[in-house]
Amino acid sequence: MYAQMVKSEASNDDPGMLAAFQARIDRGDKIEPKEWMPEGYRKTLIRQISQHAHSEIVGQLPEGNWITRAPTLQRKAILLAKVQDEAGHGLYLYSAAETLGISRDEMFEQLHSGRAKYSSIFNYPTLTWADMGAVGWLVDGAAIMNQVPLQRTSYGPYSRAMIRICKEESFHQRQGYHIMMKMARGTEAQREMAQDALDRFWYPALMMFGPSDKDSVHSQQSMAWKIKINTNDELRQRFVNETVPQAEFLGLTVPDPELRWNPDKEGYDFSQPDWDEFFEVLKGNGPCNRERLGARVRAWEDGAWFREGLTAYADKAAQRRAGAATAAE
Amino acid sequence: MPSLPDMTTPNVEALAADARAPRPDPAETVPELKPALFEGLCRLGDSTLVLGHRLSEWCGKGPALEEDIALANIALDLIGHTQMWLGLAAEVEEAGRSADDLAYLRDAMRFRNLLLVELPNGDMARTLMRQFLFDAWHHEMLERLTGSDSARVAEIAVKALKEVRYHLERSSDLVIRLGDGTAESHRRMAGALDMLWPYTGEMFAGDGTDAALAEAGIAPDPASLHEAWHGIVTEVLEEATLGVPEGRADVQKGGRQGRHTEHLGYLLAEMQFLQRAYPGAEW
Repeated sequence: MYAQMVKSEASNDDPGMLAAFQARIDRGDKIEPKEWMPEGYRKTLIRQISQHAHSEIVGQLPEGNWITRAPTLQRKAILLAKVQDEAGHGLYLYSAAETLGISRDEMFEQLHSGRAKYSSIFNYPTLTWADMGAVGWLVDGAAIMNQVPLQRTSYGPYSRAMIRICKEESFHQRQGYHIMMKMARGTEAQREMAQDALDRFWYPALMMFGPSDKDSVHSQQSMAWKIKINTNDELRQRFVNETVPQAEFLGLTVPDPELRWNPDKEGYDFSQPDWDEFFEVLKGNGPCNRERLGARVRAWEDGAWFREGLTAYADKAAQRRAGAATAAE
Repeated sequence: MPSLPDMTTPNVEALAADARAPRPDPAETVPELKPALFEGLCRLGDSTLVLGHRLSEWCGKGPALEEDIALANIALDLIGHTQMWLGLAAEVEEAGRSADDLAYLRDAMRFRNLLLVELPNGDMARTLMRQFLFDAWHHEMLERLTGSDSARVAEIAVKALKEVRYHLERSSDLVIRLGDGTAESHRRMAGALDMLWPYTGEMFAGDGTDAALAEAGIAPDPASLHEAWHGIVTEVLEEATLGVPEGRADVQKGGRQGRHTEHLGYLLAEMQFLQRAYPGAEW
């Protein structure tokens, strides 16, 4: 899962330093944590990487909603492995962001207070088992589309995190598609669930690439810094081109009457999602915003005694070690 | 210069070949044992299934990201063990059922898990204390099962033991840290221990099934696990400044015979929903 609608920050740095930095990026150098970087680059990256990390963490919830109802032992095991991967991705990404000078606790605070965003897709409910298929196939599929180019991003720790994450995401997408195949070729009731899941997730998946950014100044800056590699529209088009034949293979119908192959552009023409809905979801008015964020805040607050207990023990253990060392002198 | 073979040594090669030859597996060769073996395998598989399920309820709601990962990981291990135990149970039963049929199509009275594992998660203190009390037993049980006269049982135990060694290490460590952490973490851990202790005796209370399996060399007599379990538990609880409770441990029993708490029915209603609502569908 990834970040959408990240505004890049302007830099007030020395023009000479900025030019030298840009030259390094243009040469294809990777920027490493201890090296000089423009303030805008640092801030934009923190925002983008933490938004991505938050998406992984919140993204556990819609799937967690079905782990306890997974229909076979194998499906339960696969889903557990998948959410475990997602928590792991969150961990790599928070660590990558920490190299830029922000702590995980600060990032959590930004998430919990609503100042930081996470991907809009996780504010949609998972209503039937077919949604586990649709989430893997479409949501992880859209994420991969965005993340594969980010393996080449200019910031070293982010790029390396992306390489590990992409390997696992392709397994996630395959398992999702496999669920869809079973459902689409199963009983009438299962087919109905599969089509319904595609109907509900198609447009929210298209929204995951963010609104058209061809005229956005922020996007241009991020692209120059190689924090962003492709435009939102390019990625969305690529996603539609790859996904439509997959839906046809399943015998399912993409819920877009305007969808047709355009030989001139070697791609599909398709309808835009409802961008008003997208902005409403970002504002907190999606179907599950309150539940999702509420669940994370509750987990954090309910876990305070646990974290404090571990810290207190570590402090005592350090004191005991120091005491033992003094006694030995 | 290499030493020459000692002519008085017995034929080592023949001895080795003999040792390698498969022992007759009582699981496969003694038909009268099958009902007890099926029962014994369900007891193992149902406990790992129900505990794995309970842990999976924590998904995305743990007190720290590292805990989310660890809980999902342990749940995943336990579901993996379930596939092996119930898979073998289904084979032994020879009634055309699969591991999934056993997991998803039996009602509560046919479940054979320990009561301890079906109790609701409560807070993280209760979840962790339950895990520790179970892990200490599970570890000892699997260690003994690696020496089972049934090669099939021993093989599963060897695989599972590798993972359970880590489960016990982790839960012991956290019990110590939280017991000896803040006053609040101590209070919660002590409360959890007090609440769970009366369920621990069930792990060591044998019945006719256990006696038959012990007699055949397939599984240990449950009572024989108590000393080792008590040793580990005492050591950890003392280091955690919690101490071993004085009350009776053998109060709440019956899960292994199919007499459960009220909680199991709800757990199964949720877990089995799809298989029950859409009979015969493939997923």
